[in-house]
Amino acid sequence: MLDLQWLLIAIPLASGALLLVWGKESDRFGHLIGTAASAASFVLGVVLFVTLMGEGADDRSHAVSLFTWIDAGTFHVEMSFVYDQLSALFVLLITGVGTLIHVYSIGYMAHDERRRRFFAFLNLFVAAMLTLVLAGDYLVLFLGWEGVGLASYLLIGFWQHKPSAAAAAKKAFVVNRVGDIGMALAIMLMFAQFGTSAIAAVNAAAPGATDTVTTSLGLLLLLGACGKSAQVPLQSWLLDAMEGPTPVSALIHAATMVTAGVYLVVRSNAIFDASEVARTAVIIVGLVTLLAGAWIGCAKDDIKKALAGSTMSQIGYMMLAAGLGPAGYAFAVFHLITHGFFKANMFLGAGSVMHGMDDDVDMRHYGGLRTMMPVTFATFGLGYLAIIGVPPFAGFWSKDKIIEAAFGQNLWVGLGALLGAGVTAFYMTRLMIMTFLSEKRWREDVHPHESPRVMTWPLIGLAALSAVGGVLLLGDWIVEWLEPVVGHAEHHELAVPAIVLTLIITAVVAVGVVAAVAFYRREPIAGETPADDSVSLFARAGRHELYGNELNDALVVRPTTHLTRLLVWFDGKGIDGFVTGTADRLGDTSQLLRKPQTGYVRSYALMMFAGVAIVVLCLLAVTLA
Amino acid sequence: MTPFWILAPVMVIAALGLLFARKAVHAALGLAVVMISLAILYAAQGAPFLFAVQIIVYTGAIMMLFLFVLMLVGVDSSESLRETIAGQRVAAAAVGLAFGLVMVTVVGQAVASPVTGLDQANANGNVEGLAALMFGPYILAVQFTAALLITAVLGAMVMAHHESLLPKRSQADLARQRMRDYAELGVHPGNAPTPGVFARHNAVDTPALLPDGSPLEESVSESIIGRGQVRSGYDDAVDDMVKRLETPEQTDEDGDGK
Amino acid sequence: MSEYITLSMILFTIGAVGVLVRRNAIIVFMCVELMLNATNLAFVSFSRQHGNLDGQLAAFFVMVVAAAEVVIGLAIIISIYRTRRTTSVDDASLLKS
Repeated sequence: MLDLQWLLIAIPLASGALLLVWGKESDRFGHLIGTAASAASFVLGVVLFVTLMGEGADDRSHAVSLFTWIDAGTFHVEMSFVYDQLSALFVLLITGVGTLIHVYSIGYMAHDERRRRFFAFLNLFVAAMLTLVLAGDYLVLFLGWEGVGLASYLLIGFWQHKPSAAAAAKKAFVVNRVGDIGMALAIMLMFAQFGTSAIAAVNAAAPGATDTVTTSLGLLLLLGACGKSAQVPLQSWLLDAMEGPTPVSALIHAATMVTAGVYLVVRSNAIFDASEVARTAVIIVGLVTLLAGAWIGCAKDDIKKALAGSTMSQIGYMMLAAGLGPAGYAFAVFHLITHGFFKANMFLGAGSVMHGMDDDVDMRHYGGLRTMMPVTFATFGLGYLAIIGVPPFAGFWSKDKIIEAAFGQNLWVGLGALLGAGVTAFYMTRLMIMTFLSEKRWREDVHPHESPRVMTWPLIGLAALSAVGGVLLLGDWIVEWLEPVVGHAEHHELAVPAIVLTLIITAVVAVGVVAAVAFYRREPIAGETPADDSVSLFARAGRHELYGNELNDALVVRPTTHLTRLLVWFDGKGIDGFVTGTADRLGDTSQLLRKPQTGYVRSYALMMFAGVAIVVLCLLAVTLA
Repeated sequence: MTPFWILAPVMVIAALGLLFARKAVHAALGLAVVMISLAILYAAQGAPFLFAVQIIVYTGAIMMLFLFVLMLVGVDSSESLRETIAGQRVAAAAVGLAFGLVMVTVVGQAVASPVTGLDQANANGNVEGLAALMFGPYILAVQFTAALLITAVLGAMVMAHHESLLPKRSQADLARQRMRDYAELGVHPGNAPTPGVFARHNAVDTPALLPDGSPLEESVSESIIGRGQVRSGYDDAVDDMVKRLETPEQTDEDGDGK
Repeated sequence: MSEYITLSMILFTIGAVGVLVRRNAIIVFMCVELMLNATNLAFVSFSRQHGNLDGQLAAFFVMVVAAAEVVIGLAIIISIYRTRRTTSVDDASLLKS
């Protein structure tokens, strides 16, 4: 049964290909095919999961090799897949959330004439993402890795008639390439060091490798993860990626693809376990991103960008957890799953709001939507409670565990994570107030309305998952479930009992909520974004995404442009100049030599006679000398 | 040595004539002078056979050939003295001077060894000596020369042969052509009148007069026109002449008072 | 002895310069003949100097070859004149263009 795991990938892949090549007649039902493919994958995933549950605890890693992909000398790559506890969870998340989002998209994209193509890309994405998580070889993983990058590119730029969307797609692609360089180098290094890129073999060999190797591998993989998961310093593309249709933001840029970096770190746990430096780097990256994302989330008025900042921040949490080693891997995956639920829920909710507000994304034009969109409000509210970590919703359990583990690692890291939780509460409350509560600030001719059922049902489903997602932690189920994959964690006793820490965290969250309420209920919210110079430095920096783009421009783009100009100049003046200059000089010389070629026999005779005279002179010189 | 010192300046002057003569005939005459003088110098240097050959072959055959060709091409075709290639003359003079000086001063001095003289070689007679050499060691060269001469003869024949590309035109063709010319170009179909017809002055160099008294240039031979020796056939010129012819006494009386 | 050689050289140079400055093909040809004659004079003079007849024989051969060459050369001039109505060497400047 478990050998059928390749079908998980094949179904959406075939569907995507079918939708791309099928002609216009499939416009009427193409979206149904796409959704059905995703649903079929989900059903299969559930069946496989149940099968896996039936296996013994030590017997739950099932590898299958479809065929030999590359066989050249010592370079040998199998098209192999591994279905184990970790990938099983991911399969369920991807296909489950993916299917809901497919259903949602039927309504959301109803009026787009290219809906069929949209579903084809979504299916393509699901197939690539499944390839990524099921891969049994880093090279196969890389295939999926690039596949999701491609799907992300196609979907961000789906509304390619908008220059901003096209630019955002390009930016995402280019920034991801930087990360991919790390990924590619890591795979090459594995080949060079271990002679294989099979994940199991690499993980087995990693503990025996030298520090240098594991540290380099860890840092390179981290670079790849940063690119894909929009972690500092490769975070700049995620906010721009919100140019894509909202379901795309929900599926790719919130629930699944951007968490691929976390998956990569968790999957490569042996490498990170072996390198203290790499793990520390992961923690730093996670912590910085956590705070930076939260900061940006506080300042953005664009609802999708605020959520994108939040996504960055939450992935920062996951990264932080993954950097903690065996103590954190399970919680990273746990938070990843709950985040997948509530963030997809909220993105879809935001999409529902936009749907009702004529695709306006500015929260300053919202307000008072509570009554107009009750279902959206209720589901979004559940996601809100989940993300800020109100017990007993999903986010509470996962975030609490991460902060606890962070304190177990280092006091300052724990404090940073705690601060992040407070800020999360602040910006999410702000978002809720500006969108659903507060007074109406609608533009004229806007008539908010609840979305159709095809869009609300997925919202309800995801909201339910957001509410109860915490059950995975019941009896430390997920920790024990993942233990064979990520290793056993020694339990650290904290200085204070866990319950006290939980109370502190909840208190900090409450402070964040109260602060936001106090701040945004105190006076009416302006209908327009205040000018830059009328807000605090803090808000201004957040609005400009902490000047990440400017930094990139100054550090990378402009020097590169200058270098390119210099090279072009050198190429033009130096190399071409040398070549054309040689040709020109030859031409000039030829022009000069052409002059005596008058065509008159007598001229030639004169030259010959002069030549004779010279020869005679030379002969004389030789003879007399 | 006397013949040399007499002939050398003559030869140089005649040779310079080749450079400066405007008319090709004068140049040819200059060359003939040089060649005859050379023949004499050959004789003076103990080469009587070459003396004869020089006279016969060069002065007799080759020079005649030149003059013959000159006649064919036009005896008095003189070339314009304007140089067409910029700097050609100056450069030629410079190079020539340099070459001449080097040759005269250096080569001339370099060969100044004692003169053996041909008395011994010509002991059995000059012609016999040459014949012994020619049909002895040089027999192969003589054979080749014979082949060369035959080739040259054939070449000259081929070159001078005028391939007629069209069938020879018959009298009928010519008559038809003449009428066509008359119809299309207005060329007079009949014979031009002979020169001197109706003219007061009856000679080949005076054009015939048409009934209206105007001269007809075509009636004079082309070669006379080419030389510019045509006498005007215009009325006034003729009248002047007539007046002079008709009143010889008067002119005489006025002239010398008889 | 050297006066003969000197004369020979002078004639040769005059012939060469004539080739360079004259434009009438026939005169150019005559100048070539002058150069040949100048060499003949040198041959004969050297023959006397060295006391053998080989030089005279060489001059004889030159004469024979010159005769053949004149025949061909003048035939060429005639045929050029026939087609181009000129004997100027400058007009036959087809080497260019």
